[in-house]
Amino acid sequence: MKTFPIIRVVTKILIPYILLFGCYVQFHGDYGPGGGFQAGVIFASGLILYGLVFGLDAVRTVAPPRVIEKLMSLGVLIFAGTGVLTMLLGGNFLDYDYLEHHVLPGILPTGQHLGLFLVELGVGVTVTAVMTMIFYAFAGRVQAKHVQAKQEPTP
Amino acid sequence: MIEANLPVLLIVIPMITAPLCVLAGRGRIAYAMSLLASVLVFAIAVALVIKVGDSGTIRYELGGWEPPYGIEYVVDRLSSFMAMFVSALGMIVLFYAPHSVNKEIQPSKHYLFYATYLLCMTGLLGICVTGDLFNVFVFLEISSLSSYALISLGRTRRAPLSALQYLIVGSIGATFILIGIGLLYQMTGTLNMADIASRIDTIDGPRTIMVAFAFLTVGLCVKMAVFPLHTWLPGAYTYAPSVVTCFIAATATKVSVYAFIRLVYGIMTPKFAFELLPLDSALMVFSLIGIFVASTAAVFQDDVKRLLAYSSVAQIGYMLLGVSMSNIDGLTAGIVHMFNHALIKGGLFMVAGCFILRLGSSRLSDWAGAGRTMPWTGFAWAIGGLGLIGVPMTAGFISKWLLLTAAMQNGWWPVAALMLLSSLLAVAYVWKVVETLYFSEPSDAVVASTEAPAGMLIPTYAIIGCVVLFGIWTTYSAGLAAAAAAELLGATP
Repeated sequence: MKTFPIIRVVTKILIPYILLFGCYVQFHGDYGPGGGFQAGVIFASGLILYGLVFGLDAVRTVAPPRVIEKLMSLGVLIFAGTGVLTMLLGGNFLDYDYLEHHVLPGILPTGQHLGLFLVELGVGVTVTAVMTMIFYAFAGRVQAKHVQAKQEPTP
Repeated sequence: MIEANLPVLLIVIPMITAPLCVLAGRGRIAYAMSLLASVLVFAIAVALVIKVGDSGTIRYELGGWEPPYGIEYVVDRLSSFMAMFVSALGMIVLFYAPHSVNKEIQPSKHYLFYATYLLCMTGLLGICVTGDLFNVFVFLEISSLSSYALISLGRTRRAPLSALQYLIVGSIGATFILIGIGLLYQMTGTLNMADIASRIDTIDGPRTIMVAFAFLTVGLCVKMAVFPLHTWLPGAYTYAPSVVTCFIAATATKVSVYAFIRLVYGIMTPKFAFELLPLDSALMVFSLIGIFVASTAAVFQDDVKRLLAYSSVAQIGYMLLGVSMSNIDGLTAGIVHMFNHALIKGGLFMVAGCFILRLGSSRLSDWAGAGRTMPWTGFAWAIGGLGLIGVPMTAGFISKWLLLTAAMQNGWWPVAALMLLSSLLAVAYVWKVVETLYFSEPSDAVVASTEAPAGMLIPTYAIIGCVVLFGIWTTYSAGLAAAAAAELLGATP
């Protein structure tokens, strides 16, 4: 792709908007259509586009596989952690009513709103990471084969 | 706070520990965390059994949403019994795991292995405690997807292939289940199991209900590995890492049988399944054919893990035979056989894992004479094998005796006779291994081998000891199973 200046330039222009739109779908999901899953896919598609145009190594420096792997589980932890938090506050698992607070009313979300916000954030993080990881797994397959063949000649 | 949330903690603890294992990123830390989680889960399951025994069914509303709007967890006698033995097996297999995992799985993947193992446990326990039909599907997929991943970690290159085979067949099964759930949802507008049961008209209802039931039955039969739909099982059990085989063989198919019992007795009523529809004779025929075909296949296997896998297919037949009798003794026998077979098959696969660790092969011909160099491991096989045959004083005898009594009560004399005959096939394949272990000339590799490490032998003997213990003392096996069966039959109109 290094010889296609139009693709490179257009990609560079588009990626920030894709990521911004991802954030919009994530955080506006409370009020309009959207949510963690869709946002995660959009966000990951930005990363995947970058990888397709500038190469696997370039996107791996932006989003190292080790970090992506941790993010996959971090998202699950945010989701489940919200549930544990509501249990610690005295309610049932994921009973967001117990997240009611009176800090900065009108600015910070509270109660059910806050619960959904946190849960969707968890979903968004995990979906972004998983989508990117799937891309790495497919794109890195040929490379991995060569490395493996060098390191361990006998299976 | 903890007491009120017990049903959900059973699921949440392994579910949270799994991502923590990945974040830790180190095999040893992940192992310590998953061991702790499994011990906690087992303690919770025991607490639930006690609590249900004292005060009856526990209902838990997820997120504080009242059922049928929200998801409800229901822990009754049967589900607490299932959760108890699934978590017990999960815990003991984890105690057994480190040596075998170190040998069979690449060190860089250890933490992922433990995380996936916990996810599989989450799924299996989730199926046991949830009272929501769609939730059952979700947990079924969690456990299935993680077991595909676990199986593909096997030593040989055939492991990913058999995992893929399992994935394809398992996904078809899952699709059938989902279609069935969809049709039921269309008919009733609800996903809560108790609510569905009160809303469907099983007697004069439209044909859609029958179709839904058919889809669900076939889908669950794939997951249970009932005879003609069992093709995924031998490959998956044979090529998976030993530890994975121990856990999955002991629990996964039983949990699917549990889901089937719930469907027949909790939602559809046995009258619909066994009187309006001829499911009992269908299940009986398939179970009996399965018992004979799979046992015969087991006799001719050289790979011991494959031999045990075919034997598992046969044993599922006994469980379904009990379930299809639709009287209290038959159901008790089916439920208690899930428990006893989990112990026996878990124990035998653990013995196989010990031999594989020392001899590096699961082929019987490579094990020749190993009973002399590894006497403790060989003896454990003999005891577990007696349990599998159903010799008195072992757990296997209890379940077969109950099943036999139930068959005679129903007047199914040919079934009773065939069951006794099929035990002879079990004698054949168990003896085949015992003979090779003790009466064959050991090869050089076997002579050079030493006894399995204590870290593996102690958990193995814990399970094998249970096989003997629950053959004599049945308060907490057959006793709990009988109470669960009575509750199931009493609760249905």
